[in-house]
Amino acid sequence: MTSLQSNVLEIHTPQGREEAWRFTPLKRLAGMHDGSAVASLLNSLKPVQALPSGVSFDTVEADAFSPTDDAITQRIRAFSKTVQRLTISKDTEIAQPIHFSRSMRDLDSVEFARIQIVVEPHAKATVIFENSGDLRIGEDLEIQVGAGAHLTFISLQEWGASSIHAARHNAVVERDATFNSIIVTVGGSLVRLLPTVEFAGPGSSAELLGVYFATAGQFFEHRIFVDHLVPQAKSRVNYKGALAGQDAHTVWIGDVFIRAAAEGTDTYELNRNLLLSDGARADSVPNLEIETGEIVGAGHASTTGRFDDEQLFYLMSRGINSADARRLVVRGFFTEIVSQIKDQVIEDRIMARIDDELAKAGAING
Amino acid sequence: MSTLEIRGLKVSVTTENGDVEILKGVDLTIKSGETHAIMGPNGSGKSTLAYSIAGHPKYTITGGTVTLDGADVLEMSVDERAKAGLFLAMQYPVEVPGVSVSNFLRTAATALRGEAPKLREWVGEVKGAMEALKMDPSFASRNVNEGFSGGEKKRHEIMQLELLKPKIAILDETDSGLDVDALRVVSEGVNRAKENSNVGVLLITHYTRILKYIKPDFVHVFANGKIVEEGGPELADKLEAQGYEEYVNA
Ligand SMILES: Nc1ncnc2c1ncn2[C@@H]1O[C@H](COP(=O)(O)OP(=O)(O)OP(=O)(O)O)[C@@H](O)[C@H]1O
Ligand SMILES: [Mg+2]
Repeated sequence: MTSLQSNVLEIHTPQGREEAWRFTPLKRLAGMHDGSAVASLLNSLKPVQALPSGVSFDTVEADAFSPTDDAITQRIRAFSKTVQRLTISKDTEIAQPIHFSRSMRDLDSVEFARIQIVVEPHAKATVIFENSGDLRIGEDLEIQVGAGAHLTFISLQEWGASSIHAARHNAVVERDATFNSIIVTVGGSLVRLLPTVEFAGPGSSAELLGVYFATAGQFFEHRIFVDHLVPQAKSRVNYKGALAGQDAHTVWIGDVFIRAAAEGTDTYELNRNLLLSDGARADSVPNLEIETGEIVGAGHASTTGRFDDEQLFYLMSRGINSADARRLVVRGFFTEIVSQIKDQVIEDRIMARIDDELAKAGAING
Repeated sequence: MSTLEIRGLKVSVTTENGDVEILKGVDLTIKSGETHAIMGPNGSGKSTLAYSIAGHPKYTITGGTVTLDGADVLEMSVDERAKAGLFLAMQYPVEVPGVSVSNFLRTAATALRGEAPKLREWVGEVKGAMEALKMDPSFASRNVNEGFSGGEKKRHEIMQLELLKPKIAILDETDSGLDVDALRVVSEGVNRAKENSNVGVLLITHYTRILKYIKPDFVHVFANGKIVEEGGPELADKLEAQGYEEYVNA
């Protein structure tokens, strides 16, 4: 216990002025950041079906793969020495997605969860986390994509209205490995996700896609960090968000760091936001730091706009009423990314949820 | 039998320097089966007339009336105008990202017909309409107008004209940017619509070449926000030979 306590003492409790916390309403974090939360090991994450051969999901004692300065993740690590670890063994190719879900409802406690996904060299899999319960959860997810391996990781935040979800999703991507992620955040009271990528070997690549839709009172933050530590790695980031309703607030931060050693880097990041009503606020901050000029390309773009009158006019001039035209435009906006999930049931469910949120927010009756 | 009646229509747009009047009293009546050509110099207000009839929010009506079979068009929302039987083939059709042509067409047909067309028949209908306009079937799964060439966008507009069967259609420079073959294909589409549904057509153009395919009953000269002369097809030939000088300086 002494080591645990000394760990806790080293953690800097965010005050709100720090760059990483300046947008986050700390009061709504249920004490995850300052140590006041009474955490429990709820192990809410469950596999949906029996796992295929070559895949295991065990509770083990394990150290973190790499350190972090995120206070909540530090507290989770100080709290739990055990990890729920999903391993896809070497050379195993799993065609069907491996589904996990968190569907329980428990708003009395705070869950601290440590998860690791280890994709061993030359293995290939798609892993889907479906978060649909109502929980207050701090999640430390560490992903290791071994040499030549391929992981598509999909995390769906379809939380109930009271959920609080603070998570760091850190992927270490080894030589010639590919990491693709799709993050969908359409539910919860506060969701703060830190999708981060560390390139650990040349020839590696990552594609980080995301969509979010916040309505009245919801706070959704996606704070991305892609660390080009090695040469010849490629990253693509594309997040799209929509907001409607009083005090709907989204934050997108895209930090890309190209270190001196990262020659041949190819990176592009994009964030687009659709503001569908007054009273909502979208913060979007792309940030590129470059320490070497010997790169293939580096760029970013960020846009925030409202409904395009010309698009609505075109659709309506064909007899489509205003509400349906708006639904079409919003669905169209998200389709580019949602269609990448490649699971019709999930895609339809997300689109239906988006329709519902739009209707609830009254953003289709302009 | 339908009649679109435009009387004394005045329209302005809001600019940084206040409102600017663009249409200065337009009178025009279009009946089913008739084809009216409007010709006039750049900036004279032809597209403004087309958009104002269709209800584009950018334009403010400051005077006059527009009725379709007696119903007040200016009181209708944009979609209501389409439901009443008006159609605008746009000079610059709009790209709608993420919305496929097939989804768009089906949503529009459902709205206009009041019920979803039966899937089987609908698929055949769309296929036929695309074939007739020599559009590749792959367009059905592409996003509306996204990445279409200028000519492809125009074919797509006329394909909609044939599928959606309006009472009165306004074609704003549908012929601009078409190669000779496309011009013929698109003109045939308009003529089929005239034959099959007796649509009344208001054709805005700069060139007499489309009038060789689509025969106008009336030609109107548009200048400085109003119609300044009317005549038969021979007027188009005169305009081609002499230009608009006498009207612009009038
Ligand atoms: N927002 C605006 N601000 C200022 N002027 C405008 C605005 N919108 C339209 N206009 C002006 O209105 C006039 C009429 O434009 P319109 O597009 O109707 O012309 P047109 O006859 O269709 O021309 P063309 O043959 O080039 O298509 C033009 O002079 C145009 O510049
Ligand atoms: Mg024009």
